[in-house]
Amino acid sequence: MATASAPVPHTGIAGLIRGLQRRPAVGKLLLLAVVAAVLVPIVHARWASGAWPDALTVDLSGPLGSASEWIIDNRDSHPLFLYFFGHISNAVTLSVRAVYLALLAVGWAGVTAAAGLIAWRVAGVRLALTTAVAFLVCGLLGMWVPTMQTLALMVVAVVASVVLGALLGLAAGLSDRMYRALRPVLDTMQVLPAFAYLLPVVLVFGIGVPAAVLATVVYAAPPMARLTALGLRGADEGVMEAVDSLGATARQRLLTARLPLARKELLLGLNQTIMMALSMAVIASVIGAGGLGDRVYQALASVDVGAALAAGIPIVLLAVVLDRTTGAAGERIGASEPDQGALPGGRGWTAAAAVTVVVALAGRFADRLEWPDAWTVAIAEPVNNAVGWMTDHLYTGVPLVGGTADWAGHFTTWVLDPVRDGLQWLPWWSVLLIVAALAWLIGTWRTALTAVLAMAAIGVLGVWKPSLDTLSQVLAAVAVTLVLGVATGIAAARSARVDRMLRPVLDVFQTMPQFVYLIPVVALFGVGRAPAVAAAVVYALPAVVRITAQGLRQVDPGALESARSLGATSGQQLRQVQLPLARSALLLAVNQGVVLVLAVVIIGGLVGGGALGYDVVFGLAQGDLATGLVAGAAIVCLGLMLDRVTQPTERHAKKGA
Amino acid sequence: MRVRKRVMGAVAAGCALVVLSGCGAADMTKEASPFANAQGAKTVTLSMQSWVGAQANVAVAKYLLEHELGYRVDTVQVDEVPAWDALSQGRVDAILEDWGHPEQEKRYVEEKKTITNGGDLGVTGHIGWFVPTYFAEQHPDVTDWKNLNKYADELRTPESGGKGQLLDGSPSYVTNDKALVENLDLDFQVVFAGSEAAQITQIKQFAKQQKPFLTYWYEPQWLFEKVPMTEVKLPAYKEGCDADPEKVACAYPHTPLQKYLNTDFAKTGGEAAEFLKNFKWTTEDQNEVSLMIADQKMSAEEAAKKWVEGHESTWKAWLPK
Repeated sequence: MATASAPVPHTGIAGLIRGLQRRPAVGKLLLLAVVAAVLVPIVHARWASGAWPDALTVDLSGPLGSASEWIIDNRDSHPLFLYFFGHISNAVTLSVRAVYLALLAVGWAGVTAAAGLIAWRVAGVRLALTTAVAFLVCGLLGMWVPTMQTLALMVVAVVASVVLGALLGLAAGLSDRMYRALRPVLDTMQVLPAFAYLLPVVLVFGIGVPAAVLATVVYAAPPMARLTALGLRGADEGVMEAVDSLGATARQRLLTARLPLARKELLLGLNQTIMMALSMAVIASVIGAGGLGDRVYQALASVDVGAALAAGIPIVLLAVVLDRTTGAAGERIGASEPDQGALPGGRGWTAAAAVTVVVALAGRFADRLEWPDAWTVAIAEPVNNAVGWMTDHLYTGVPLVGGTADWAGHFTTWVLDPVRDGLQWLPWWSVLLIVAALAWLIGTWRTALTAVLAMAAIGVLGVWKPSLDTLSQVLAAVAVTLVLGVATGIAAARSARVDRMLRPVLDVFQTMPQFVYLIPVVALFGVGRAPAVAAAVVYALPAVVRITAQGLRQVDPGALESARSLGATSGQQLRQVQLPLARSALLLAVNQGVVLVLAVVIIGGLVGGGALGYDVVFGLAQGDLATGLVAGAAIVCLGLMLDRVTQPTERHAKKGA
Repeated sequence: MRVRKRVMGAVAAGCALVVLSGCGAADMTKEASPFANAQGAKTVTLSMQSWVGAQANVAVAKYLLEHELGYRVDTVQVDEVPAWDALSQGRVDAILEDWGHPEQEKRYVEEKKTITNGGDLGVTGHIGWFVPTYFAEQHPDVTDWKNLNKYADELRTPESGGKGQLLDGSPSYVTNDKALVENLDLDFQVVFAGSEAAQITQIKQFAKQQKPFLTYWYEPQWLFEKVPMTEVKLPAYKEGCDADPEKVACAYPHTPLQKYLNTDFAKTGGEAAEFLKNFKWTTEDQNEVSLMIADQKMSAEEAAKKWVEGHESTWKAWLPK
């Protein structure tokens, strides 16, 4: 193909350059090959070893160990702790406590009414009912108090994230220099697994709610900052000029034009911040967040899937309700319709507040503030029976297809082992070269450079081998996720019914805390890397399915129509029109898949995934910062590398589409 | 430009507010959980470790504190070493079952004196290597470590590659297994399950298939009642033989499990502190409760209630006079 379509071959260097300009990929590869040809022999002569050479590593265990000793010894006396961290910690504790006591004082009826009424004002009657039912279900499951604890923690964490994120976003939105400085940082923070954030916070604040809240804020603030900056920068030039010509001051410009114009992005930021905070609230139970996450974590310890699910369902419900409410608010603003309905604007809010107060007072006087014990439904036992039946019958020896344990065994022996051994067998410089080549082909030389540096940093930290082990799990899981996800996505894009059936399932799996399905996964696949991969697939699948389906659906109908009129079969349409046109969406699906899979493969350390995930868990469990922080840093680098390697630049994406 | 100045001004004002709001020192090491003492109740916070035996201690202590002494009990799940940290800071009032952490004991009990020993729990703990009894009956010589290599082939799994699998548990537990495998020259690969939950699930699955396995495990543990296991004899334990973690080549010791209390709580905790100091039961008692929780899937509270109803004479002695 390539040679046939090429015009008369040019001669000389000019021709070569022109040829390369037409095919930048080949040019990039050639350049890289030249660089490699020069560098590799030198590097190989000096440090000839398969794995990363010891001479190029830095051992951080000494300094990190003494840093942690110092902190423990000085935590109750040094001014830095007494006058700075101490106040932060205090403020967090006080605010969480205030919110928690307020929620308890309002009582279950009051909280349910308030939540339902807020949803009604923001998003309408249907969502109001959903919200109220969701809160009642939390109570029915016997999880009222933990739900309130999580809610209190979430309120504080989300408010702090939004304030911090909005301030950063404001700075980045108004100043170009800030924007350039912050953007790569924020982009990166968004792809890091939550687990990597835990240790540094624990180091300073110790186990407990303050550490959990702060880890959540660090994790959840970046999307707010990012979207605020984007919203402010995307303000319509024409409107801004009009405002300018009216002689508005800078402050007026910001308050009356820029911020209102960015409302949609601001709300999207709020939405993302809430969702990330909620997912972190569970992970943070490892460092003592309490609440629902802690219940899930405790149930995990006694291998009680039913109890874990009972605590997981409220999390899913909270997530769905919060997501829909903020989403509906965003849409409403987008449509910019004036309030219709019986009670417009302020009066509606007044009515809502009044009803809440009445309900709360009624609860107080009826002495029904606490959720009545008699009104709980025990779901743990039936769930456990179901899971028990499933694992008994599917584990092994199923006729024809074999049991799940057999699959896991084959998967480990035939896929995971070869990939891991292959990666670890490759000379270290060739791994760097492959990373560079991939990142450069898909992105720009900047992304390639970042990816290579991140990979090299892993080597310098001295965790080359476990990182490649983790990488092999990620690659295997991504491959499985993409095969399943794209297939399901195609099905969902082609049939509205499949799409409708899938949507609630995807919602649940996307928001269900991973801790809930870790145990059934072990019961099905045994201990090891296979269950870690399985859990990662479950977690990453929804996003991949969604993005694929959306990408396919957005394909220009005109192109499809013309293909159909040319007599293309439905399969041909898919292969030759839809998939190529949805290329950028598919690339995005790969990118998202990689990022999500990495996050769970790390948690897979809890079920025998080993490698970096185990090191982080070990560091947290033993208070061994040297191991934990180094592994955390390696995860950060790995995440950075994977993101950059799969990240199509905007320019490139435009070209492809 | 003016906008930026204003933004900076706002940020500065915010910082000033934070600084002013709390003039003076704030010792975050003396800070209780925000969920403690809600609605005027007297609260005790207990550290809930991840294994079920420890949950049984906490369940019974919690039940009695709540129903006999009128306290409200919060539990926090933390791993062992961080729990010492939390105990020293008073975020947790007591740890009811400690398997021995010499480094932390030295730092917190002897040097900082922020933690006080609360006496024996009454249960003796022992870590070891175990094979299922059905396997040990078929192959009696497997219970000596010298013969383990003979069985390496049978104990292989996909995860352990070409070697036999030694299943290890949670990263928070005390283990010398990697060094032991190395120093005893065993053809085994240590596979870390990463959590006790995963380890138990795997053991149960093996037992259902009647497959052989070799695992790191500990007594007292309720799982023995479900999956009978026999200990593999390792070279005998001698005082100090595990001093150098790299060179360990001997069995694990028998440890009388200890309770630890936050020092302030031990002094001012009133009835709750006295009760927790008196708390002492036997391995059988603990196993009874553990089994109810982990195997019959009773809630911890129900299990504790059932035990309390049947053992009045035991717990009456714990109540403050």
